[in-house]
Parts: sequence; structure tokens; C-alpha cells
Amino acid sequence: MTTPGFFPTGIRFENIDKRYGGLYALRRVSLEVRAGECVAFAGRNGSGKTTLLRIAARLVRTSAGTVKFVASASETADSGARIGFVAHATMVYDELTAEENLLLFAKLQGIAGHAARAATLLEEVGLSERRGSLVRTFSRGMRQRVAIARALLNEPSVLLLDEPATGLDPEGITWLANTLRRMRDAGRTILMSLHGESEISALATRAVRLDAGAVVADTQAGASLHSIVTFAGA
Amino acid sequence: MALLADATTLLGKELRTEFRSRELLTTTVVFILVVVVLFSFTFDPSTSESRRFGPGLLWLSFLFAASLMLQPCFLREQNNDTLSALRLSVRDPFSIFLAKLSANTLFLLLTEVLMLPIFAILYNVHILSVFPQLVLVLFLGSLGVAIPGTAFSAISAQARMRELMLPLLLLPLLTPVLIASTEATGALLEVNPALRADWLGFLLGFDLVFLTALWLFGEYLLEE
Repeated sequence: MTTPGFFPTGIRFENIDKRYGGLYALRRVSLEVRAGECVAFAGRNGSGKTTLLRIAARLVRTSAGTVKFVASASETADSGARIGFVAHATMVYDELTAEENLLLFAKLQGIAGHAARAATLLEEVGLSERRGSLVRTFSRGMRQRVAIARALLNEPSVLLLDEPATGLDPEGITWLANTLRRMRDAGRTILMSLHGESEISALATRAVRLDAGAVVADTQAGASLHSIVTFAGA
Repeated sequence: MALLADATTLLGKELRTEFRSRELLTTTVVFILVVVVLFSFTFDPSTSESRRFGPGLLWLSFLFAASLMLQPCFLREQNNDTLSALRLSVRDPFSIFLAKLSANTLFLLLTEVLMLPIFAILYNVHILSVFPQLVLVLFLGSLGVAIPGTAFSAISAQARMRELMLPLLLLPLLTPVLIASTEATGALLEVNPALRADWLGFLLGFDLVFLTALWLFGEYLLEE
């Protein structure tokens, strides 16, 4: 999964506030995610997980504080950070085929050899035989596979996943876990919000718990995998 | 050039999805047809009355149809959060607007050109001799509707009462376009047709001002 343009990238959240009117979605969140970490965000609905991921993706502006992508302690990588984002929604067009969706986003991202890249990803997500079918004819799990393929198009150095196992069957979850494991082992930085224990949460090297928009617990690397998984799923 | 490349790619997507679903074109054509036919029944206009009132009725129906057509423009990007995917992918956010306003102008122009012969028959006016000039007026007028319309569609898609908000914001703003387009169309339907450069210049100026404003501030309209 390593590509010539890839370099390990971490993320630094500094005193992030996000308000919607008078309501705080995030309150003074500071986190340093090192390059190559796989962080699971846990917490109840409305605890701020999704907002934090969308801020990291630069889709939502902060009310206060900054987000920086860092290649090392001294070098900022904001301009070069490649981000892959999987949201709650599939972020693909129902009226386009799986292949047309991937080709569209590959072209927009300026990916060289976009047709070959789309074909490779369709093969990887197990949809090459349905490449010509409209996405609206797909099951939720198949749509999620297209969504994940879209997020991987640019071979991201930072992968942001908002409940990525949504709609996937057990076979799909195993496939996703294997894909994420390969990416994590290749040095990609992964931030994911999760509900409950699964093969996906077992990949986490660190777990952060949010409550009412604030970080209330942060298990650093070194904790046993079991305690992290239990924590992430709590 | 990345802007134009992305806009062209996105325009292709807009055309492909519309010609597959035909949601916008069908709705707009049927709406304009109903309005034009109902007006003709109501007035049973003579040729001279048609020359006087026809262009205004025609452009009013185009304007209301456009507010219908523009409503889903950004709304359908929200169904699957595809707008976020576009924002993450494009090199210049203005390309999203450029593609959408080009598609809206094309759809509107296509609908208007389809409706012109029906209008000519129902209202007893001759359009064949001035058809190219009419298309020019329709193009500039449609662009004048599509540019602010696309911007307001982005705003209203994130608002409550969005169905009401778009026409409320858009229609008053389009009054100058309505006047200029009606006057320019009226001049072409006279016994001695004339292409009014003053009204065309006004439409061109309106289009350029709003296109520049969209280019400068459009990015903020896409933010959550």
C-alpha cells in the first residue's frame, strides 16, 4: 500500500471548540495523534466523535483552536496530507454505477491512471462483477464497500472512518479489518469512531473516549489490546 | 486549468445523472407547458395582445419553473453527503458551482427552446425569423437566473423551510433579469423586430457581477 508520494502524517488537535449556536459539540479538545497510530474514538451518540472527524477532514470549521497535519515534530504537512474519509452516509451517487463513481472522484483528485486505480479497488472490495450496476440497486453493505473504495482512491496517508462497519455483513467486516490492518501496518494514520467491539475495534492501538464534546479518557499505546478493545467498546 | 478540468468532469456527472433520472427536465417542461396553456385559455390573446403580454408571461413561467428546477440542485447532494465527497476531491470549490450553474443554464435553455414553438402557436406570434436572436436572449436570461439561483440553492439546502426559502430569496433578486429579458424578448416579437443591445448589455453585466461574486464568496456557501 506504500506509494511514492506517501509520507507518514500525524494530526495535532489544539484546543478545539465547536459550537452550534449556544451548544458545544466539542469543548477544548487537544489531542496529538502520531503518524501510524490507529485511534478508536468511543462515546455515546452526540459525544462529538463525528464532529471531530469532520473537523479533521476540513469539512467543518472550528469555532476555536487549530488542526495541523504533521509529518514530524518540526515539519508541517498541511498541504501534502492525503485524506480518505468514510462518513455515516455513503458519499457516492446512487444514479451512477460503482465504476462511474470511482472514476469521477479519481479524476477530481487528479489520480494518474484513474481507470486502473478504480478497477483495482473494485476488485479489492469484491464488486468488479457489479462495476456496471447503478449504486441505487446495491444493498447497504455493497454501498459501504463502494464508499470505502472511494476513500481509498488517493491512497491516503490519513484515513478518517466514521463507523465504517455500518451495513457490512460479517464477511465484509473481516475484509475491512484486513484492509485496515494492512494500512495500519504500512504506517497510515487511522482515526475511527466506533460503536461496540468488533474485528475493527481490535485494530486500535489507542482509544479515546469522548463525553459531551470533551476527552474524558485516553488510553495511550502500551495498554493491553484487550483493555483498549474493551474500552473502545464501552 | 484544474478549475476547468474539474468543472467539466462535474458537468458530465450532472448531465449523466439528469438524463438518467429526467427528474428536473420533466418537471420543468410540464410546469411551463401548463402555465403557458392556462394563460392562453385565460386571455385567448390576439396577435397584438400577445406581443404586448406574451414575453412577460413567458419569462414569468420560466422564472417560476427555474425556482422549481433549482431547488434539488444542492439538496440531492445532501442525500448521501456527496457534497462532502466533492469538497474533499476538487482542487477549487468554485468548480462545483461552475458545473452546477452550467448544467442549470443548459437545462433551462433546453426547456425554453422546447417551449418556444408551443408559445408561438398558442399566442399567434412568429418566431422563426428571429429564432437565433431569441436563443441569445434566452441564454443570457437563463444564465442570469442560474447564477444567483445556484448560489441560493446552496444556501437554502442547509436551511429549514428550504422549499419556501429559495423562491423567497431568489424571485425578488431576479426582478432586473425578468425586466431585461422581457423587454429584449418583446422587442424581437414586434412587427419590426429589433435586437436591443441595451437590454442584452444589462443582462451580460448582471451575469458577470453575480458570477464574480460567486467566484469570490462561493466557497463559504459550501461550508457546514
